[in-house]
Amino acid sequence: MTTWPILSVVTFLPTVGALLVYLVRGEDQAAQRNVRWIALWTTLVTFAVSLILVARFDPSQADFQFVEKAPWLANAITYHMGVDGISLPFVILTTALMPFCILASWKSVKVRVGEYMMAFLILETLMVGTFSSLDLVLFYLFFEGGLIPMFLIIGIWGGPRRVYASFKFFLYTFLGSVLMLLAIMALYWNAGTTDIPTLMHSAVPRSLQIWAWLAFFASFAVKMPMWPVHTWLPDAHVEAPTAGSVILAAILLKMGGYGFLRFSLPMFPLASQYFAPLIFSLSVIAIIYTSLVALMQEDMKKLIAYSSVGHMGFVTMGIFAGTTQGVAGGVFQMISHGIVSGALFLCVGIVYDRMHTREIAAYGGLVNRMPLYALVFLVFTMANVGLPGTSGFVGEFMTLIGTFKVSLPTTVFATTGVILSAAYALWLYRKVVFGALVKPSLATIKDLTWRESVTLVPLVVLTIFFGVYPKPILDVSAASVQQLVDNYNTAVTAVKAAALMQ
Amino acid sequence: MSFESAGYQLLPVLPELVLAVGAMVLLMVGAFQGVRTTGLITTLAVVLLVIVGVLELTLPAGKLVTFNGSFIVDDFARFLKILALIGSGATLILSAEFLADTSRRIFEYSILVLLSTLGMMVLISAGDLIALYLGLELMSLALYVVAASNRDDVKSTEAGLKYFVLGALSSGMLLYGASLIYGFTGTVSFAGIAAAVKSGSIGIVFGIVFLLAGLCFKVSAVPFHMWTPDVYEGAPTPVTAFFASAPKVAALAVFTRVTLTAFPGIVPQWQQIVVFVAIASMALGSFAAIGQTNIKRLMAYSSIGHMGFALVGLASGTAEGAQGVLVYIAIYVAMTLGAFTVILAMKRNGQHVENISDFAGLSRTNPMVAFIFAMLLFSLAGVPPLAGFFGKFYVFVAAIKANLFTLAVIGVVTSVIGAYYYLSIVKVMYFEEPLPRLDPVRVELRAVLAIAGLFNLFFFVYPGPLVSMASAAAKSLF
Repeated sequence: MTTWPILSVVTFLPTVGALLVYLVRGEDQAAQRNVRWIALWTTLVTFAVSLILVARFDPSQADFQFVEKAPWLANAITYHMGVDGISLPFVILTTALMPFCILASWKSVKVRVGEYMMAFLILETLMVGTFSSLDLVLFYLFFEGGLIPMFLIIGIWGGPRRVYASFKFFLYTFLGSVLMLLAIMALYWNAGTTDIPTLMHSAVPRSLQIWAWLAFFASFAVKMPMWPVHTWLPDAHVEAPTAGSVILAAILLKMGGYGFLRFSLPMFPLASQYFAPLIFSLSVIAIIYTSLVALMQEDMKKLIAYSSVGHMGFVTMGIFAGTTQGVAGGVFQMISHGIVSGALFLCVGIVYDRMHTREIAAYGGLVNRMPLYALVFLVFTMANVGLPGTSGFVGEFMTLIGTFKVSLPTTVFATTGVILSAAYALWLYRKVVFGALVKPSLATIKDLTWRESVTLVPLVVLTIFFGVYPKPILDVSAASVQQLVDNYNTAVTAVKAAALMQ
Repeated sequence: MSFESAGYQLLPVLPELVLAVGAMVLLMVGAFQGVRTTGLITTLAVVLLVIVGVLELTLPAGKLVTFNGSFIVDDFARFLKILALIGSGATLILSAEFLADTSRRIFEYSILVLLSTLGMMVLISAGDLIALYLGLELMSLALYVVAASNRDDVKSTEAGLKYFVLGALSSGMLLYGASLIYGFTGTVSFAGIAAAVKSGSIGIVFGIVFLLAGLCFKVSAVPFHMWTPDVYEGAPTPVTAFFASAPKVAALAVFTRVTLTAFPGIVPQWQQIVVFVAIASMALGSFAAIGQTNIKRLMAYSSIGHMGFALVGLASGTAEGAQGVLVYIAIYVAMTLGAFTVILAMKRNGQHVENISDFAGLSRTNPMVAFIFAMLLFSLAGVPPLAGFFGKFYVFVAAIKANLFTLAVIGVVTSVIGAYYYLSIVKVMYFEEPLPRLDPVRVELRAVLAIAGLFNLFFFVYPGPLVSMASAAAKSLF
């Protein structure tokens, strides 16, 4: 093993790219082109470097790898980075999707291109950092820092109600997170450190577990988002530019699920078990309620946003089932949803760029003029529904199996969500793509361009590949997931045994 | 018996002596040479502050005490004195433009700032109630005059008068409290009071209440904040920047020193007061600022809120709390000076503009200033990874350790509410259509802005030194 800090390089390479973008002067065509190419190359190189992580990763080990540690704030708070089988897929998801985001903004962003690309590159640093930091304070820094670029992305390049949406996004998330910050401090005084691997193996008193769990829940439930604190998401999605929506749906939402996996379950097992019924109820409500809401939407992005909330319901349900299948399914579902929902927002962006409306009623019969688009959109719609053979199926199925062993009623209700999601997704597809092309405004609409195909085809391939052969992702995460579940069960049964002894 | 052997060594007060003599000399220069020396005196005043700072740092290490314990130089004092000197020095640099105007060539301005700084240094080192009062009055009297230094302007005069009347009232309360404490303990030195006060008799508690009321006025904490918005708005902008930085440092320093060294035995008694004041300040600071349209008034409410956050650290009554206060105030000074530099830089056609709406589209017309200001605002809101986050982190960490959970929760919730108005300014700068271009920014403003901006943006890279210095300074109190 060489000793160069590969994880830090992946994390901070985009920032270097952002600095290069800053050096480009002017707002003319040539400068804009340079900026776009710099951003694209930065994300591509970052992705390439992150692939070295995959190549060198040892999936048989459950512990953190590529660990870097340096003194930072005080003795107990260090710059500690590392990935395990749970965080690595998210790092790769982030670096893999960024080039697509840059490509998706190639033509649609025309003003302040330099600032736009800088915001995205800085955001990439913060997202990768969130998934690879092994210190709570460092994690919080990356986790919260992402609010600033996202706030600006929605607010500057967003739609008509962008100011409202950006404020709502920022304040909702900020409020949830500050409570988590207090819990981080309480953990610091309890264990004398904010080092995540150490905290995972140090016992936390039950009362502190309960409070800290609630505080972390406040942050992650908003980020996830879970019903009833999901209301910022549809607004943010609708107003954000296409690439912003992609990042939001594909990666920022995953931070909540990642947080549950990284902190709530391993550090507060007793509280996690205590609150599991609450999570199950909220997840089921989210799955059913948001699917029903999605049925009534007139805006394509809003529909997908609500469907995201529903799909995240499966994730939370699977994670807090605390079984191997449930947790592994939760990880898989998040990665799959990252690809699929990101792709769906790209699809919406493509027709929005042409027609400048996202209203479902404004479309219809696109298949006649855009056969390729219809095909691609179909694959992602089916993956969103959870059709077997697409990646969406694997995740939903595994979370349902995992929960089945723990709570039958939850599984029964959650499974109805699968039917409902088929209802709204197919309804959307029929309205937009099928039928006769009667609207005069659509008469000249063009099919996918070369650049758009480049962004969508790899995602189509991945969706189907992971649907048929999910092993790569499951293998990478297997050892870490197993260790997580074992520790969780040990902690829970130890308390039960102690209770029986008395 | 020589003067020195009787406990009156002069070495610890050397920086103060140099500052006092230097200020007198500059006053003589100004008095004999007239207003045309204004620029020169300002420059020399900055140089003098630098010399004083260097002297302060070259004093022998450890705790130095003189004048029979009424003047203490410890790490705590060194840390805060340097901070106050930085605040005053930066203010003088920011004032260059204000003083360059022919109608306002008042050389006394710089000298008053120097004398006020002298008062702050005495205040920071105060080891008994007499030195405390002396330092406080020297600082305040100079401030009253500076507030009214734009003497042809009605608002500025009003600000000075208002500040003076309310300040005198608060000094009276402080004196009354000090006399009660003296009456019940028989001593004025903090160490003596600490030894005498083992349980909180009703008289002592009364004394503490009045004493803290006076100090709350100086740090502009609720419910003694009424003067702040009017004075901030009315005073010339460089003066407002001064009010918001150095005097706050000194007042917070003495607040911390009095409570922690004179009343360590009865923490629960004064803790309640500080907790109440902190909550009230944070809440008022975040709610009242929302409706403001004038940026200086908004900064006034913002500073009220920030004093509340700093007091959260003090409320814990521990070394961690004191450390939190020190980190907070250091970062606060950097952020505030940066923010006021931006406000000073806001000129259109030679006229200062002070309305928040005048910032519209600044990100298009002057991207660099807009970016730094946006980062300062995010930092003031406490968003990581900017410096302001670390300030909040250290005060709340102390509060959590002291089991002040309610205070901490209220604190972070108000910081979210406060974030709303900081974001509103970012919104105006970034999301709105640009107004006509602003005048170019003067070079000295650019320098201050660059330093404040870089500190604020990159503090997270290497926070170690400030944090460990603050930790050492806090420990010297215990």
